[in-house]
Amino acid sequence: MKTNDVILQTVTKIVLFIIVLFSIYLFFAGHNTPGGGFVGGLMASGAIVLLLLAFDVKTVLNILPINYINLAGVGLFIAVGFGAGSFLVGEPFLSHAFDYFELPLLGKTELTTATIFDLGVYLVVIGVTMTIIQTIGETE
Amino acid sequence: MFEIIMLISLLLIAISSLMYIYRVIKGPSTPDRVIALDAIGINLIGITAVISVVLNTDAFLEVILLLGILTFIGTVAFSKFLEKGEIIENDRDQ
Repeated sequence: MKTNDVILQTVTKIVLFIIVLFSIYLFFAGHNTPGGGFVGGLMASGAIVLLLLAFDVKTVLNILPINYINLAGVGLFIAVGFGAGSFLVGEPFLSHAFDYFELPLLGKTELTTATIFDLGVYLVVIGVTMTIIQTIGETE
Repeated sequence: MFEIIMLISLLLIAISSLMYIYRVIKGPSTPDRVIALDAIGINLIGITAVISVVLNTDAFLEVILLLGILTFIGTVAFSKFLEKGEIIENDRDQ
């Protein structure tokens, strides 16, 4: 029997953007308020899981042509590369720096290099979660 | 006074959660249990909101949104499993 998923698919198309925005908010809010790379990555993979639920593996692969194992590798590379980058300025492994900048629109903003490490964590969490879910879901 | 009202509402939400747990355990069919779990998730959102008022903090507001999203995804996954038997399909058109 062919089922009709119009309501689920329409709701998914709207809610997906809210979840992705919330994940990006959690990622950037992690420095001063609850949040950070881990929860942000979990929320982003939650958005992709909702897409997988409403559509199928083939469609999602068309929308997001990402190899999630490679994504986890890129995240690890960013995190470790950030840690090794502090050797260039003669600091210990994983030490970070911050400074205040005058950005257009945002005004005085504190930019830290810890965000780069968090970006690595974010990508690793998305990659690992989606790899687990897809390998379990694809077996027939 | 305000504190007492908040604690009373916490007690009421807790009692309603207990009744949902009774429905989860006793529920004659699986959809009953899924709906009861969904409602428990919504009750958890209420408990988190009331507790963040009692503790006078805004650190839990992310938790509320997160619980809402997770409850929705969990209920959709359960419903799809009940309807089709598989949660993630390979190809929808066949």
